[in-house]
Amino acid sequence: MYRYDSLDRQVVDERVAQYRDQTRRHLAGELSDDDFRPLRLQNGLYIQRQGPMLRVAIPYGMLSSTQLRRLAAIARRYDRGYGHFTTRQNIQFNHPRLEDVPQILAELAEVEMHAIQTSGNCVRNTTTDPFAGVAPDEHVDPRALAEVLRQWSTLHPEFAYLPRKFKIAFNGADVDRAATLVHDIGFWAVRDARGALGLKVIVGGGLGRTPIIGSVIREFLPWQEMLNYTEAVLRVYNLHGRRDNLYKARIKILVKALGPEEFARQVEAEWQHLRGSEGTIPAHELARVSAFFADPPYESLSDADHAFEKALADSRAFSLWAGRSVHAHKRPGYAAVTLSLKPHGLPPGDVTAGQMDTVADLADRYSFGELRVTHEQNLVLADVPKRDLHALWLAAREAGLATPNLGLLTNIICCPGGDFCSLANAKSIPIATAIQEKFDDLDWLHDIGELDLNISGCMNSCGHHHVGHIGILGVDKHGAEWYQVSIGGRQGKDAALGDVIGPSFAASEVPGVIESLVGTYVDHRRVGERFVDTAQRIGIAPFKARVYGTEREIAHA
Amino acid sequence: MPSRLIRGNRVVPDEFDVVAPADGDDVATLPLPAGPVIVPLDVWSARREELLARGGAVGVQLSPTDVPATLAEDLARLAVVAVHFPKFADGRGYSIAYQLRKRLAYRGELRAVGDVQRDQLFYLSRSGFDAFLVKEGQDAQAALVALHDFEATYQASADGRLPRYRAARPAREAVGG
Repeated sequence: MYRYDSLDRQVVDERVAQYRDQTRRHLAGELSDDDFRPLRLQNGLYIQRQGPMLRVAIPYGMLSSTQLRRLAAIARRYDRGYGHFTTRQNIQFNHPRLEDVPQILAELAEVEMHAIQTSGNCVRNTTTDPFAGVAPDEHVDPRALAEVLRQWSTLHPEFAYLPRKFKIAFNGADVDRAATLVHDIGFWAVRDARGALGLKVIVGGGLGRTPIIGSVIREFLPWQEMLNYTEAVLRVYNLHGRRDNLYKARIKILVKALGPEEFARQVEAEWQHLRGSEGTIPAHELARVSAFFADPPYESLSDADHAFEKALADSRAFSLWAGRSVHAHKRPGYAAVTLSLKPHGLPPGDVTAGQMDTVADLADRYSFGELRVTHEQNLVLADVPKRDLHALWLAAREAGLATPNLGLLTNIICCPGGDFCSLANAKSIPIATAIQEKFDDLDWLHDIGELDLNISGCMNSCGHHHVGHIGILGVDKHGAEWYQVSIGGRQGKDAALGDVIGPSFAASEVPGVIESLVGTYVDHRRVGERFVDTAQRIGIAPFKARVYGTEREIAHA
Repeated sequence: MPSRLIRGNRVVPDEFDVVAPADGDDVATLPLPAGPVIVPLDVWSARREELLARGGAVGVQLSPTDVPATLAEDLARLAVVAVHFPKFADGRGYSIAYQLRKRLAYRGELRAVGDVQRDQLFYLSRSGFDAFLVKEGQDAQAALVALHDFEATYQASADGRLPRYRAARPAREAVGG
């Protein structure tokens, strides 16, 4: 993975010094709450219901074991012994003290980490495929380009006060595992007919109050021009994006208002001024950064591993887990492994300091000391020899990290919700845990098959409910918490937004509603058909009838 | 009353009067003070010849919605271009400054005015501003240090620094003029 040189180190050290002084002036009364707010937000510090929340950047989700141990130490020393991984591959601490934050940032800087631009109306953390570099369906490993973009966007002077936040994601594989179609910019790293590297540019996707699938504005951008083109997009947005209404300020609204063709025309016109300028990336820079993402020293292994095959045959529990959590790898004899942060009954994405230390040890022992955070809020060890999978499973199970529910209904993507977040209309974590309890029977869960269930506590859609096969959205009705349910959303290259099935529900009704939706699917499914495919084939009417039919009317009578 | 104007890394007296028409004022008949003056773009557009004939230094102030290319033919005659920040979180002025410096090759004083505070000075200077009228109540002298918040930077903007891959170490010459 990328390692800092003296320039990178100086940037984060100078940022810590700057923020230390801003915090000091705020505490001394020299910087008002209003003036301090945008400054702390650009360093990931929110003031939440329970006090401050600090969001730490994990660029494109990659972590070393050393960094994870440092996060564990920070969770112990400055928080309540745990952290929460987010849908943008970052980690949040929910209870730091405002006056401790400069010191936390200094301790992060020691392990080449920071909280720069994890919030605020600026370019946020760049995200990508958690299986980048190891997935068999990958054409281009996008991590070097993501790192070049991360550096360029870090402390960019012109784009720190945009109309609204700005999120960029990369994908380089057949399957889009980075939700690129619902980002402000989605870059697909591709090769043209002659093998030249470039980017397909998608803009104006997003969830939130106005969910929109992004539009392709350029089929092939030579990689050397990535920063110039991004600058052109951001300049057009910075000058023309709406600033009069918080809910209409994202770039997707501008792209929609102008039309993707006109937006593209303006960007291309701006880019003509920048093409070939000092922002053009030289080959030696991409080579320098790419070297950090070279393959680790893999062993030459045969693809079939006898011990692994035997363990699969001997243990049903192991084979259930492996069936969900072990993923194909480009190298023979290796696998990528997802560690589930979705045990039934606990907040999705939460991880204790002890679990962080355990995962760091497992990464050192089995996966070259590195790991990745996924946008589904799990962890990935990307380079595990198959012969070690059984031992890894035993250790992960011991630590509560081996729930065999990847891709299944209880692998819920969930925002922190009303328990923590001051924006939320409703709680989301108790809904997730109630659903997990309802579907706690593993055989049933596996019989239902692949099902993405996503929960957001408000329209900001941090839980990506629009693209869940089943999506749940917390809404406020006359001060009470209600939940709107949609079906038929999906992520990936054929991303689609779900349809709301009807009037919303009280919290206590939600697990039963999910059960009715699943029951409808089971009654109608064809062999091998997933929930979302059945929903697309038969439409929402049968689901609606079951959920809102006579049973519910009687219950409410 | 100490000056609130920073120019060239120092706090200096502000020799310019600012013409700020109130609602209902007729820009065609608004009285113009003698001496150095900064006027809004609409006053400049309406009374360009009269302003130039005065012989004194003239500056134009742009609002976030003004298009800097409007001034393309006039930039050589202007002593100052001021860009107004109604709120410091309104970042349009940064792109306006970039366009003036890089697209229109403006070399004169580029002044940030309005809600200009110490913690924005570094980004403002990188985007091409070389003068800063900090907002009322702010200590310009204490704010000077913020022009040097970062020696290390990654990207080019309008201050002459180069991207990391085109410079061994970031250049410093353009910070604060």
